[in-house]
Amino acid sequence: PCPALTPLPSAPLQDIRNTVGNIPMEWYQDFPHIGYNLEGKRIYKPIRNKDELDMFLEKMENPDYWRTVQDKMTGADIKLTDEQVDLVHRLQKGQFGDVHFNPYEPAVDFFTHEVMIHPVTNRPADKRSFIPSLIEKEKVSKLVHAIKMGWIKPRKPKDDTPTYYDLWAHEDPNSILGRHKMHVPAPKMKLPGHEESYNPPPEYLLSEEEKLAWEQQEPAERKLNFVPQQYRCLRAVPAYSRFIHERFERCLDLYLCPRQRKMRVNVDPEDLIPKLPKPRDLQPFPTTQALVYRGHTSLVRCLSISPSGQWLVSGSDDCTVRFWEVCTARCMKTLPVGGVVKSVAWNPNPTICLVAICVEQSVLLVNPCLGDKLLYGATDQLLESYVAPEEERVQPVQWVMATMEEHSKGVRLVIQHSKAVKQVTWHGKGDYFASVVSDNSNMQVLIHQTSKRWSQNPFRKSKGLVQCVLFHPIRPYFFVATQRYVRVYNLLKQELTKKLMTNCKWVSSMAIHPGGDNIICGSYDSKLAWFDLDLSTRPYQLLRACGVTLGGTPGRLEGGSQSPALTCLLHHSDLLQNPLLVPVKVLKGHVLTLDLGVLDVLFHPTQPWVFSSGADGTVRLYT
Amino acid sequence: AAVTRRLCILKGIYPHEPKHKKKVNKGSTAARTFYLLKDIKFLLHEPIVNKFREYKVFVRKLRKAYGKSEWSTVDRLKNNKPTYKLDHIVKERYPTFVDALRDLDDALSMCFLFSTFPRTGKCHVQTIQLCRRLAMEFLNYIIASRSLRKVFLSIKGIYYQAEVLGQPVTWITPYTFAHDHPTDVDYRVMATFTEFYTTLLGFVNFRLYQSLNLLYPPKIDGQADVELKPAEGKEYAMDSESYLEKLSALSASLARVVAPTHEDEVEMDEFPVEGETAEQMDARKKEQDALEKHKKLFEGLRFFLNREVPREPLAFIIRCFGGQVSWDKSLCIGATYDVSNPSITHQIVDRPRVEQQVVGRYYLQPQWVFDSVNAKLCLPVADYFPGVLLPPHLSPFVTEQEGDYVPPEKLKLLAMQRGENPGDGRLRDEESEEEDEEEEDDNDKEEEEEEEEEDESEKEEEMKLKKMEEQKTQSNKALPVKVTAGKLRLEDRQRLEQEQQSEEKRLAIMMMKKREKYLYKKIMFGKKRKVREANKLAAKRKAHDTAVKEEKKKSKKARRA
Repeated sequence: PCPALTPLPSAPLQDIRNTVGNIPMEWYQDFPHIGYNLEGKRIYKPIRNKDELDMFLEKMENPDYWRTVQDKMTGADIKLTDEQVDLVHRLQKGQFGDVHFNPYEPAVDFFTHEVMIHPVTNRPADKRSFIPSLIEKEKVSKLVHAIKMGWIKPRKPKDDTPTYYDLWAHEDPNSILGRHKMHVPAPKMKLPGHEESYNPPPEYLLSEEEKLAWEQQEPAERKLNFVPQQYRCLRAVPAYSRFIHERFERCLDLYLCPRQRKMRVNVDPEDLIPKLPKPRDLQPFPTTQALVYRGHTSLVRCLSISPSGQWLVSGSDDCTVRFWEVCTARCMKTLPVGGVVKSVAWNPNPTICLVAICVEQSVLLVNPCLGDKLLYGATDQLLESYVAPEEERVQPVQWVMATMEEHSKGVRLVIQHSKAVKQVTWHGKGDYFASVVSDNSNMQVLIHQTSKRWSQNPFRKSKGLVQCVLFHPIRPYFFVATQRYVRVYNLLKQELTKKLMTNCKWVSSMAIHPGGDNIICGSYDSKLAWFDLDLSTRPYQLLRACGVTLGGTPGRLEGGSQSPALTCLLHHSDLLQNPLLVPVKVLKGHVLTLDLGVLDVLFHPTQPWVFSSGADGTVRLYT
Repeated sequence: AAVTRRLCILKGIYPHEPKHKKKVNKGSTAARTFYLLKDIKFLLHEPIVNKFREYKVFVRKLRKAYGKSEWSTVDRLKNNKPTYKLDHIVKERYPTFVDALRDLDDALSMCFLFSTFPRTGKCHVQTIQLCRRLAMEFLNYIIASRSLRKVFLSIKGIYYQAEVLGQPVTWITPYTFAHDHPTDVDYRVMATFTEFYTTLLGFVNFRLYQSLNLLYPPKIDGQADVELKPAEGKEYAMDSESYLEKLSALSASLARVVAPTHEDEVEMDEFPVEGETAEQMDARKKEQDALEKHKKLFEGLRFFLNREVPREPLAFIIRCFGGQVSWDKSLCIGATYDVSNPSITHQIVDRPRVEQQVVGRYYLQPQWVFDSVNAKLCLPVADYFPGVLLPPHLSPFVTEQEGDYVPPEKLKLLAMQRGENPGDGRLRDEESEEEDEEEEDDNDKEEEEEEEEEDESEKEEEMKLKKMEEQKTQSNKALPVKVTAGKLRLEDRQRLEQEQQSEEKRLAIMMMKKREKYLYKKIMFGKKRKVREANKLAAKRKAHDTAVKEEKKKSKKARRA
């Protein structure tokens, strides 16, 4: 009998072994029993009615309290024996449970490092250790085959050429391929200027605002890709942070930039200027302002000169027409007309002294009574010799005799149109004249005959807004300028002979050379189109001029183009060689008024003189 | 794409700008690069394409073997690593040696840049070492042939220009600092370029060394080699390692295949070229003499480099012009004499002051060497003493044309080169400077006048006309005519003529064709802009000079008071 069992004498008597097995005992928490015994009877939990105080008292009083443990399976209190407590202590220390177990037994060396003469085991050797391996043989044969076939190179033949040798030993000129002729070598990098120095002259350093501007520019737009810096000494110079970048960009340029041979324009700019004949060789032409005709109080719109060249007539916005003596700049006569004067035209026939004046809706035929008395007397007689035809013909306009009062001023006839009249121009013979009415219908252009007091409308259809009309000085041609085209009509055959394309946006004026072969058109978009009638319907030459109006054309001088406050003369040399337009002189004089400068220019019929009228109310003569 | 890029770089194929961009691009105008079909076919025929393919296969096999841990296969593959050579491409791209020399600029700059890269990271160590070796070999050739012509200290790096077999070769080296490697740079592209350039430079070096009868790979001259050995007998490093360092010390001359004899320098025979006059011959001779003199600029001078100055560029430059140079023994291998050597004539110093000065030598800042080389004569030393405010360092690559702005220092230098001694005293210098400036100012004024002349003439004409008019109106108004004694107006003949000419010109310009007029205006605009820039620089300089002068005056006054 083991002393350990003495505290449990009743154990064999009443066997309260629980049969529930290894289950969490919490499952029986809410039941009065704790499991079942061998007979299947319930094992009831021992009655525990101890409260905290009882527990405490027991803890204080019971000397074996510390070795009392509750058996979870039965719920009974068990007092541990001394051996059991000992076991617990040893296990807690991590020792073996058995007191007598020795973990440090002496080792027995079964397989020694010393080579023995006898095998450890008694097994006989395998057969495969005597015969060659088939698998290895297969592998070797595979390798041999691969080597034979050249798939595997056991050892590469050593390349014994040196890495560097004289590559260009045999320079063969024939080896230069066609590619090399096509090849565009990359341009070298730009060499640095003074500003890149670490110690540049002070003028190359950027000022504050330049630096600011540099920073605000796009990197691609900058002229320098760095900011010039000045360092006191070489020791103070830092590394350039964009060095690798720049090298890299150069690399990119070398292989990504398209290359092109650029033919640098190596032209002396002076060579570009066309060699024109010297203006001095083209004299005479007006060079200086000689006379100023003062008197008008508003813009002078139009000018005309008598065929003899002695008298000048000018129409102005101040509702007057003034007659001047050319040589003295005296105003011989002032004719108030009661309306803005749009156009004046002196009869080109030297035997007739008559001026046509456009005033609002009417054209006045005025005998200025200047010069030879016989001459203007003859003109009056000519006008009075008119005999009215028997049958009244329907006319597009009304021919009215001037009243007595008007007659005393010089007005002889009034041709009343239905609309405002823009322009009037005489035929060279002096009998016919044409007037342009600002209208959209086919009634825009009318041709009048003075001697018969007879008007007719030459066109059946309107071809556009007519800007101006002109008679050919010699042949029976009639020019009508619309906005973009100039139409040439043959008056005898009554048909269209030509249509000239001006290539301008809006034709403003037109002038013809006295020879009748050349026409110049001026336009509002500052162009001059010069046509040679014998050649083509396209402009022979198109010039950009600064101005818009054109003047008349005697002799070799062809015309003038105008711009605010200055007149430019063009010379036309129609010698035997190719005709040429040469600007010869810029004449200044007019003052800008209401943003307008020169309004009309006119050549003297016999002298190399030119008249210009301006918005400042003056007429000027250049000689 | 990567292979194509490499091929394009190696073969020097560049895109082309098509004549009809829209037609080629199927109607769209988007930016695209176009290569000629011919070029692409040319690339396809290149045998190196196959090598690239082989290499790709090799890499794939190797990766597979690694993945399977078949180490024997890895070894075998590594032993059989496919290699390729670019020799034939170099030969193909540069059929003659001169062609290769013409394209050497970028190759040199790239090699010098790569040789300064750190041994870790960006590219293979072998590449860096190769670049370094080739660059050093090239520098040694330049020293041996004495073909350096111009040097320039810029803020980006140091520019060198040498004349190799009649071709100008320019390259730039960065200052020796660690690079902070940018992230937006594709190093593979640069490495491909470097691969080609190293091949090119190697062959060029070989040929250059051969032309001078030098051994290649270079060997340091026997007796110099003995001198170079550290005196203590202690091994500095293994011979194979110290070789490159000795080479890069740039202090020893190289061994020749044939021992140099002094009869080498034979007088050039003169063959009169047809159609060349005596004057031209003389000019050529003079030029030749000047060149010889320039080559021997530092002959007989002994330099010592302090440890704070950049050793390599200075040693290179001084040796290129025949000077002897040494440095502190602890700084680099190859020092030949000590600081205390009494035969030293110039010591290059870059510190504000020198504590212990030895009598009998000049202490100078490094800029003196550079400026002297560019000026082709030994400049007066007074401006370059340590601690002195240095004169500006000018670019030797700028040759001013007529109408360009010339800095006054350059004018001074030109005068010095012509042999006009501006005098030793500084006062004289300043005077001449001022004179120069005045001259310049006059020039500027003239230019401005020319510019304004046209406007002026117009204005004057107008004024005249106005006056005349006024006179007339006055006479008209004041009817009782009074005749006042007229003044005799002397008309400036020249002026009148000029006016007339300018007017003729203006009229002629009116008659120009549209296209020509556009061109003319463009050219004139460019010219005017040039003049404007020159004037701006001159004005800036003037302002600066006056400011400096005033400051001087003030300080003088302060000193007096």
